[in-house]
Amino acid sequence: MSVIYLDNNATTKVDPQVLEAMMPYLTEYYANPSSMHTFGGQLAKAVKTAREQLAALLGADESEIVFTSCGTEGDNAAIRAALLAQPEKRHIITTQVEHPAVLNVCKQLETQGYSVTYLSVNSQGQLDLDELEASLTGNTALVSIMYANNETGTIFPIEQIGLRVKERGALFHVDAVQAVGKIPLNMKTSTIDMLTMSGHKIHAPKGIGALYVRRGVRFRPLLIGGHQERGRRAGTENVPGIVGLGKAAELELLHLEEATTRERKLRDRLEQTLLAKIPDCEVNGDPKNRLPNTTNIGFKYIEGEAILLLLNKYGICASSGSACTSGSLEPSHVLRAMGLPYTTLHGSIRFSLCRYTTDAEIDRVIEVMPEIVERLRALSPFKNDDAGWLQSQEQTLAHR
Amino acid sequence: MWDYTDKVLELFYDPKNQGTIEETGESGVKVATGEVGSISCGDALRLHLKVEVESDKILDARFQTFGCTSAIASSSALTEMVKGLTLDEALKVSNKDIANYLGGLPEAKMHCSVMGQEALEAAIYNYRGIPLAAHDDDDEGVLICSCFGITDTKIRRVVKENNLTTAEQVTNYVKAGGGCGSCLTKIDDIIKDVEQEVATTSKNANNGIKTTEILNSGQIATATRPLTNVQKIALIQKVLDEEVRPVLIADGGDVELYDIEGNTVKVILKGACDSCPSSTATLKIAIESRLRDRISKDIVVQAVEP
Ligand code: FES
Repeated sequence: MSVIYLDNNATTKVDPQVLEAMMPYLTEYYANPSSMHTFGGQLAKAVKTAREQLAALLGADESEIVFTSCGTEGDNAAIRAALLAQPEKRHIITTQVEHPAVLNVCKQLETQGYSVTYLSVNSQGQLDLDELEASLTGNTALVSIMYANNETGTIFPIEQIGLRVKERGALFHVDAVQAVGKIPLNMKTSTIDMLTMSGHKIHAPKGIGALYVRRGVRFRPLLIGGHQERGRRAGTENVPGIVGLGKAAELELLHLEEATTRERKLRDRLEQTLLAKIPDCEVNGDPKNRLPNTTNIGFKYIEGEAILLLLNKYGICASSGSACTSGSLEPSHVLRAMGLPYTTLHGSIRFSLCRYTTDAEIDRVIEVMPEIVERLRALSPFKNDDAGWLQSQEQTLAHR
Repeated sequence: MWDYTDKVLELFYDPKNQGTIEETGESGVKVATGEVGSISCGDALRLHLKVEVESDKILDARFQTFGCTSAIASSSALTEMVKGLTLDEALKVSNKDIANYLGGLPEAKMHCSVMGQEALEAAIYNYRGIPLAAHDDDDEGVLICSCFGITDTKIRRVVKENNLTTAEQVTNYVKAGGGCGSCLTKIDDIIKDVEQEVATTSKNANNGIKTTEILNSGQIATATRPLTNVQKIALIQKVLDEEVRPVLIADGGDVELYDIEGNTVKVILKGACDSCPSSTATLKIAIESRLRDRISKDIVVQAVEP
């Protein structure tokens, strides 16, 4: 059975052209790019090319690219750098729906004397810019806000946010791990000071990422050692990874327009057909400002892990915001922050597409999903909102 | 990724006894229903039992479950297990029995089996008209975990019944501690408390109970005289030497008896066992259960640093 992979917000497959570009750097070109010999120099050139390719995708200058090992490193490095550069400021603003790579750093910083504002979101996962405005003070060192949410695909109005942040003189970091390659970006006309991206979300391998740092932004490195990356990230370069990331960036730029229109169409067809075929389900996230490849649908009265296991039987990979799959017992912090009702929350499934997703694959999901939902609902004691048990539960919850 | 046994998968893909049992007014027969869990916690189970009034026998059992794979499989297993039992017999079904029927559950999913056992209890007590508070003091205790609404009474009960020793296990069994985590230290305290309680009761009990001694043949037999400390140590040493160590040594590990305090047996894990990530399992499965079998069911094994 072939796999239908609709979990591309988790990770993507390595593009064959990316692998091909990398291969020589895993075999014959193994020198250290920092070495003085010609052999090393060849690798330094490859790294430079990759930097240019990535800069082109981000609309940045190549000197503004720092290669990292992953999105988490990028987020960590950006936040720490911003704080180290402005030791007199002790306030950070972020949102309740960030990736743990930002949220958990902020939580740790709280124990070190920083104060953190976690902006709330509405039922579509959107921010309230007035709340942001009111939170910004002269003491705010950093505002760290994701470009697009990994679970719902909701896109934040980053440039509007950036203008407000700049007015108050804070640094602006954007975790764009989900946005890069899915929507056009241009750092030249942007208010963003630092931007995190990750290779494995754009068909490069795992273990490589990058941080964009606007020229002029004072940057204190997270990893200290040699002088690699102009002193902004020590450690011998992951040359094959960097070359792969460069190639992936080049391909993303090439496919951006076509892929996103086609992906959006496929996504919309999947979403609309499921909504039409299956009663009692709804889309989570901002219907207008959303990544073209992502749909998150809450199937009421049933639980996500059970849905995933039945999908798995058909070789379909998706993801769920339910607690059971995540190793934690609490459902997704993102969906919780949106205030979704429990009836929907636990049964939310994310389908995330990529440029390889085919019509036939979407057809297959459309074919099996109604049956899966029906099967689990037949088992469920909660079938509609007026079921007595459910109502009494909701009343007690309201009292809590 | 899911780490489910074939039995779990079988009962998930093809659940037995799903659905409801309606009161039909059939004479001599009554339907009992028990509900546990909640939509906010992410799993809930409604159990229906068809009971023959005269004999107190469960003629049929059906379930409705909102929850994950193992919640559905546990519910289905439960219904299979209780059919044909009298209510008193059914009350003896523990969450461990449910997990065993399934060939085991991932530890993080043990709460699904607990939910099954609780629904069974709820149904039977409902049927018997015993008011909730009288039998289910779980709701009576002090609220420990507000994320999942779990009281100290309930935590105490699962800790005792399943010999749990860490807060993480408590989370796996009843979810308490699996949310914000702010109740974890309170859970630790409860565990310590229960351990002490168990230690004192077994100490008291040990003074009068039948005890075991080693016969010449090497067999262990029960006698009516209490064991002296020296005898107890000798017996533990013997079981360790003859039954436990050979197995551990075969795996590149070893164990040494360090000390005995009441029913707490302190050991030093050695070789591969010392650094082995599953050494808690080794302690519990290989050593503790063996000593409990052979000597006293109250024995608790603890590893001490070499
Ligand atoms: S209070 Fe127990 S996990 Fe939050």
